[in-house]
Amino acid sequence: MTYLAKNLTNGGRELIAFRIGDQEFCVNIMSVREIRGWTPATAMPHTPSYMLGVINLRGAVLPIIDLSARLGMRPTEPTVRHVIIVAQVRDKVVGLLVEAVSDILTVTDDNIQPTPDISNDFERAYARGVLAIEGRMICLIELEAIFSHLESEAA
Amino acid sequence: MDMNEIKEIFFQECEEQLAELESGLLRLNDGDRDPETVNAVFRAVHSIKGGAGAFGLDDLVSFAHVFETTLDCVRSNKLEPTAEVLKVMLKSADVLADLTNVARDGGSVDQARSKQLIRELEALANGEAPPPAAVVEAPAAKPAAAAPAPVVNDEGFVPVAFSFDDFGGEEDVLIVHPTYEISFKPKADLYSKGNEATLLLRDLSRLGEMSIHCNMEALPSLEQMDPESAYFSWKISVKTDKGEDAIRSVFEFAEWDCDLEISLADEGTAAEMTDEELPMQPVPFDLSVLDDEPDAPVGVVEEEERLAAVHESAATVAAAEVASNVVQLASTASRAAAEPKAAAPAAAAAQNTAQAASAAAPTIRVDLDRVDRLINLVGELVINQAMLSQSVIENDNNGTSSINMGLEELQQLTREIQDSVMAIRAQPVKPVFQRMARTVREIADITGKSVRLITEGENTEVDKTVIDKLAEPLTHMIRNAVDHGLEMPEKRVALGKNPEGTVRLTAKHRSGRIVIELADDGQGINREKVRQKAIDNDLIAADANLSDEEIDNLIFHAGFSTADKVSDLSGRGVGMDVVKRSIQALGGRINISSKPGHGSVFTMSLPLTLAVLDGMVVTVAGQTLVVPLTAIVETLQPEASAIHSFGASQRLISIRNSFCPLVDVGRILNFRSTQANPVEGVALLVESEGGGQRALMVDAIQGQRQVVIKSLEANYTHVPGIAAATILGDGRVALILDVDAVVSASRGQPLKLETSLAAAG
Repeated sequence: MTYLAKNLTNGGRELIAFRIGDQEFCVNIMSVREIRGWTPATAMPHTPSYMLGVINLRGAVLPIIDLSARLGMRPTEPTVRHVIIVAQVRDKVVGLLVEAVSDILTVTDDNIQPTPDISNDFERAYARGVLAIEGRMICLIELEAIFSHLESEAA
Repeated sequence: MDMNEIKEIFFQECEEQLAELESGLLRLNDGDRDPETVNAVFRAVHSIKGGAGAFGLDDLVSFAHVFETTLDCVRSNKLEPTAEVLKVMLKSADVLADLTNVARDGGSVDQARSKQLIRELEALANGEAPPPAAVVEAPAAKPAAAAPAPVVNDEGFVPVAFSFDDFGGEEDVLIVHPTYEISFKPKADLYSKGNEATLLLRDLSRLGEMSIHCNMEALPSLEQMDPESAYFSWKISVKTDKGEDAIRSVFEFAEWDCDLEISLADEGTAAEMTDEELPMQPVPFDLSVLDDEPDAPVGVVEEEERLAAVHESAATVAAAEVASNVVQLASTASRAAAEPKAAAPAAAAAQNTAQAASAAAPTIRVDLDRVDRLINLVGELVINQAMLSQSVIENDNNGTSSINMGLEELQQLTREIQDSVMAIRAQPVKPVFQRMARTVREIADITGKSVRLITEGENTEVDKTVIDKLAEPLTHMIRNAVDHGLEMPEKRVALGKNPEGTVRLTAKHRSGRIVIELADDGQGINREKVRQKAIDNDLIAADANLSDEEIDNLIFHAGFSTADKVSDLSGRGVGMDVVKRSIQALGGRINISSKPGHGSVFTMSLPLTLAVLDGMVVTVAGQTLVVPLTAIVETLQPEASAIHSFGASQRLISIRNSFCPLVDVGRILNFRSTQANPVEGVALLVESEGGGQRALMVDAIQGQRQVVIKSLEANYTHVPGIAAATILGDGRVALILDVDAVVSASRGQPLKLETSLAAAG
């Protein structure tokens, strides 16, 4: 049984779609806390390159992750036009740097096609399906899978 | 408030009482013979019993009851609190704590152990008197009757199964019940606590034939009357076969809030009463019953002593006219008659009790969440205040305006608020230290070693979170100290040491941190063994050249245990590295110094609070960092002539003719790839917990500031070299430097290695 079959209910659900480079991704709207503009982050030593640093989110220290770099694509050069998606991943809150938020989608399970059979394990690890919306392809990703290291490192 | 909440309060109070109990017993163990100490111990057990009875916790009641009985023997000087006796009592205190925990959290206790202790306690209590066979069943059978007034119960009898029921039986033969004179004068507190004189009197009337006289003389005129005060008093005579205990149990919850005297009516008492005061008929029979008894030798048989005491009490009261005295003093007086030698300390004790009760500072219980919310809010306030100050300064070049002065005052106020709020959370380390006393006892028992725990500075205050997290590592270390550190008694004698090992636990404040020291006088660290073990475990190379200090610190590595055999207590290989990590997680450092043959000293230094710190804000490679002020010894501007190259990449700085390694913070943290020119920067001379000074190179100092500590771990993970984060006045996050990690990194232990070790463990 796939993740998809286990977790999707029959009713519709909402996804937030965003752009990284020329690709579109989406995540479950329930894991998104807020969306805010880019502010310079405080760099941290000895962290992976996708870890841009930390910012102050109303008194909390929020780590900012370059999602593009995290997904193995080109590192982002953040500008004021970039946005940060503040998302809840398990018990932590992280900021995801993306180029722009493009859409809010209401989909049912039928709209989501299984991930095509690809060779790259990494992509298979986070991709949970693809959606065809108005001729675009949007990849549904699972944040928990991307940030599984957050927990193991902290433990 | 529902029952569960009340129960929760009871358990909280139990914890306090248990702590009081243990510290009292330990004081007795140290030779303290102050009657007040014995009383405090007795009161603690009694209060637990009383509360437990109210909640129907029978196991707890029956154990507490036996314990109380034995303590009462000590209190009445029938039982000398020798070391042997106290050993049993301390164990009993542990079992009582276990029973309390079980009552709260469920689970089960070691029945065999508590049974054994009950037997030992009873044996002690009955050391002199013939053992009443029914005692084992007695407390369980009649817990309600077995809960007499705390301090009243001075006669030192083994209750319930004998005495008044039997006595009542005799009376049935004579077809007469004794008449008790009760003088009952409620205080205002009685009413404010929801008690009701009418209900008490009604309960009393169920015991037997009763006549009541209400004394209303004290009642002032209406305009002078305080509606919340108490003016009435009652004189009651009850004819009952239930005994004095039954009467006392009616007043059980009211007793502290009223003047209560209970005496057996006799001619003397009756003569005191005028007809107007008490319209009652003295019953001649009970006098004849009593007249038989006082001739019996006091203290030979429990019943007789009891009876004699009651009789003496009545006589004394009547004779001395101590009508207004509280019941404690009355019964003390009765003992004065029975045992003149014990009179003076007992009377003093009764008075002390009253004083102690009134002198205790008023406290309230507050939910910890509320305090934490307040602390968080104040933290935000501090940040906001800093941001406001900064923006005012940026927009106002003229630094003397009234806005600036107002801001300065605001700053002062916020700081004061913060200090006060922090003080709410500050608690003495005493409870943790007391738990350690138990740990020591248990391990000493299991290992067969004789150990004495000496605690010092247990009133040193530190933030509650620190205290809560301190218990576990401390327990671990104490176990290690007793299990591995101390030798067996025979070996100690052979070495010319006191067969009793000493473990000393000390807490003190030192430069804004709390320093906890754990010293044992055992064998110290066997460096050869540690070294061999480290080589076997591939922790170090076989030919590594390590200093003594470095070898000692090897025990903090994961998976390191030198115990030859793995015992239940320690030596599971998760020992000291876990300790070190939990101490580090608290922002603390741990250090060991050991002298072979003379013992080891573990020194932990912990922050007083986990919420704020005073820091120096510095710039390193364009980044703003905060260096904890406590770590900084001095700051200096290095001159080119003071910098000396040492080897390939090291540089030393000479400070007043001593050489100190220079550490480029920017390099260590990987913020830059080449070493900065020391002459262009500032050196912060720091002292690390591991000993030794280092000069940390930073680019510039921005200022000194109190910062609110924000956890990085909350949303990310631990970052090597960084202790935590904070938010500065401009709203940006700044990282707080982990000075000790940086210093140890400069010693050649890469920062990353340490994390991987930690992650592996």
